[in-house]
Amino acid sequence: MSDELVSFEVNGQTLQARPGSMLIAATDAAGITVPRFCYHKKLSVAANCRMCLVEVEKAPKPMPACATPIMAGMKVWTNSPKARAAQKDVMEFLLINHPLDCPICDQGGECELQDLSVGFGNSSSEYVEIKRVVREKDIGPLIETAMTRCIHCTRCVRFGEEIAGMRELGATGRSQYTEIGTYVAKAVTSELSGNMIDVCPVGALTAKPSRYTARPWEMRSYDSIAPHDCVGSNIHVHTARGKVIRVVPRENEAINECWIADRDRFSYEGLQSQERLLKPQIKRDGHWKEVSWQEALDTVSGILRKQLAFNIAAFAGPSSTLEEFFLFQKLLRGLNIKNIDHRLRQVDFSDQTLTPVASGLGLSLAELEQQQAIFLIGANPRHDQPMLNHRIRKASIAGAKVLALNPRRLAFNYAAEQIVAAPLDMVTELAVLVKAALEAANQAVPNALAELLAKVEVSAGARSQVALLKAPNALILLGQMAVQHPAFSSLRSLASVLAQATGAKLGYLPEANSIAASLVGVLPHRELAGKPLAEPGLPVNAALNDKNLTTVVLMNAELDDFANPQQTLKALRTAKHVIVLAPFADAQAREYATVLLPTSTFVETSGTLINAEGLWQSFKGVVTPPGEVRPLWKVLRVLGNALNLPDFDYVETSEIAAELKLELKTVPLTAIGELPETLLVTKQEASLMQRIGDVPIYRTDALVRRAQSLQAMLSSPSVRMHGADMDRLGINTGDLVRLGQGESYVQLPAELDGAVPAGCVWVQSGTEAARALGSAFGSIMVDKG
Amino acid sequence: MGIPLKDSLKHYWKTFSLNELLKGMRVTGKYLFDRNKITIQYPEEKTPLSPRFRGHHALRRYPNGEERCIACKLCEAVCPALAIKIELEERPDGTRRTTRYDIDMFKCIYCGFCEEACPVDAIVETSLFEYHFENRGENISNKQKLLAIGDRYEAEIARMKAADAPYR
Repeated sequence: MSDELVSFEVNGQTLQARPGSMLIAATDAAGITVPRFCYHKKLSVAANCRMCLVEVEKAPKPMPACATPIMAGMKVWTNSPKARAAQKDVMEFLLINHPLDCPICDQGGECELQDLSVGFGNSSSEYVEIKRVVREKDIGPLIETAMTRCIHCTRCVRFGEEIAGMRELGATGRSQYTEIGTYVAKAVTSELSGNMIDVCPVGALTAKPSRYTARPWEMRSYDSIAPHDCVGSNIHVHTARGKVIRVVPRENEAINECWIADRDRFSYEGLQSQERLLKPQIKRDGHWKEVSWQEALDTVSGILRKQLAFNIAAFAGPSSTLEEFFLFQKLLRGLNIKNIDHRLRQVDFSDQTLTPVASGLGLSLAELEQQQAIFLIGANPRHDQPMLNHRIRKASIAGAKVLALNPRRLAFNYAAEQIVAAPLDMVTELAVLVKAALEAANQAVPNALAELLAKVEVSAGARSQVALLKAPNALILLGQMAVQHPAFSSLRSLASVLAQATGAKLGYLPEANSIAASLVGVLPHRELAGKPLAEPGLPVNAALNDKNLTTVVLMNAELDDFANPQQTLKALRTAKHVIVLAPFADAQAREYATVLLPTSTFVETSGTLINAEGLWQSFKGVVTPPGEVRPLWKVLRVLGNALNLPDFDYVETSEIAAELKLELKTVPLTAIGELPETLLVTKQEASLMQRIGDVPIYRTDALVRRAQSLQAMLSSPSVRMHGADMDRLGINTGDLVRLGQGESYVQLPAELDGAVPAGCVWVQSGTEAARALGSAFGSIMVDKG
Repeated sequence: MGIPLKDSLKHYWKTFSLNELLKGMRVTGKYLFDRNKITIQYPEEKTPLSPRFRGHHALRRYPNGEERCIACKLCEAVCPALAIKIELEERPDGTRRTTRYDIDMFKCIYCGFCEEACPVDAIVETSLFEYHFENRGENISNKQKLLAIGDRYEAEIARMKAADAPYR
């Protein structure tokens, strides 16, 4: 395909396109309507629905526009009698087996078949025989099927194969016996599966959570941004009668193309949770009492004023907005409170002063596709940033080599060379690569690394892996498992040296909106724009361990958001005051909290999110908050006023965002920090095993944790371990295993998993079962229960 | 500008001869002694109704007792007076059903579009036109009420439908 444009004619109109590109793409670009079902611009051409037949000069028969390459000088008619007759006939055949159940079909009103049958259908059909019926299939809690309605366009099949990277649906049988399904009954588990609902042109695949709730013509569509990961996917939130009915993707080629992850699509279900806070509440003598906002805010300002500033700690969850983070730290700093943090899942803060202010990808999401080598350290982008993972997958398909260093073998949906090492061994594994890179680049070993690198041997494998990273476009990414690692500082330092030695770029895959939190200074050691503080406060784990702690302020944070729920719960229980600003409170939160202030979720407030590439995306509220819920930024503003703090007079979030934009303009998002003097190498305690405690895909924030359909996608909590360990401990699959970290223990069923290295157990954090456990990547006592 | 003398004289003649009054009295007199009276002694007597008469609404059932309405919302969408409000759910047996079907009889203009739009002949306008409301809120006909009317007048509704069927 050459890049030169050629001229051709459609309906007498002269168009230009690259020769060899498909006709339908050119007509779409020119705004000429050609009916179609199977063609989708992001999927391969199948040409099996035949709806896009058009008349081409000198061609004896009508040609499908989606599979007809453009040639110079060709003449096409999309509307001629011959083309119209062909389209009409195809439509009649498509409708032969399609049931006339539009009135009970959820697709009714937004159905491509319905729309096109109005324009291209006949008013009568020659067909009088019996229509075929296909059994409905249960493919999980997210997608509802009505396979009788299927017209076999295979968009869902191609989506699974080409975009999701999992061939979960396929076509079996031929002709009128063709069926789309999973063949062996199973749920569709892809993290992008919801997009199949969008690509399905008929009502065969519809959304289960929003089934039978509203018709498309009743819904209003609002633009918003998904807050659950650092991609910031653009979404449309559809509402009816003041309630969020569903979420669908909003096309943005630079960010999420035309897809969104299931987490972004179905998280809205959490809005209807029973645990939603609707009124401010104060605990008095162990009983919750509903109070007015005035009384609640008076109580909170009274507490904050009375308690000594150094006995107060304040934590913010990473899915808050930029404006909320800013007002939060401004409020607390105004009261001279220093123990502020948002890095709730991080445990190693030893080099926090040496790291850059805020780190993101270091390049744009679209540029990820052009990388030739990507090295993922402690990263599971498929679960943590599904849309970002899609870009890595595209790079991989284009020939990029993907290398991964993780504590367990991950199920990537592209070819990846995986180095699997127990959490603490990740440091030495990475050191091997660093040594190989330094040797290859003929660079001296930095002093900080000397001791560690002296202990490791360079292998031939490491040399070839390092050679990959020498590619002109190579990228090293530190993921959440690296950030939550007990020796994160070492991993970070080693990754920086590796990047410098190989010439690769270094980037991070941050949590949700944590770049914004770092930029505005929701940190104990840095204030707005990363200005270091002369007297830093305590980072999250030290603040929780502080014996003098009397008051804790939690903004959009609950127990499941912390790295060590056991330690957190203990601290919260002993604290005299626990002020919670959150949309939800479960039984656990009601136990430790003393004041509950009901605040907004992302659909009820305006705000700004900063994504991994550093893009600021503002969104507006979509529905009015239920009950007496107020937008969180307004609550913080009123608190600021109540406490007589200066400059708390913002009228709109856009005002705050504009002010911050000026302030933060000069702060670069870099990833490479300075090296510490010595590397932190944590030793494993003998007799104990290491825990791999990554967060499951649908346990990342409070809203997602309350979305029932997404929760149904998660497997029940278990202990997964290597066969050798099971033999050693005499455990069989299904046996209850006793797990202990610190003071308490839990019992969970054991499962054999070859993906977990020996000496480790995979017990995910962020789950209810894990609340009794300690550090996500700490040592853990395991025995037969 | 003045009225011509001829017209003026004609006008005075017409007025003083009581010509118009006599004309009127002639019609009255004609009906006083006419045998083919068209006055109906309502409510004892009633005029015949067309099978297409559009009175109070009703929700119909299938002969097996299952409600017809499938909550497709087409009537709600087509209603020009926005008088219909429907809420729906998936019934435990998996079928699509309404949980709420309200018609505001004050808003309703009895155009019959709902009946035309209904794919399953569930919502119909019966020949029932003698109804009144005594309390505020009674103008909202809910699902129970509409189904009850349907149950009560099913035979008549079916007869009307059958009578109109050949012309559809």
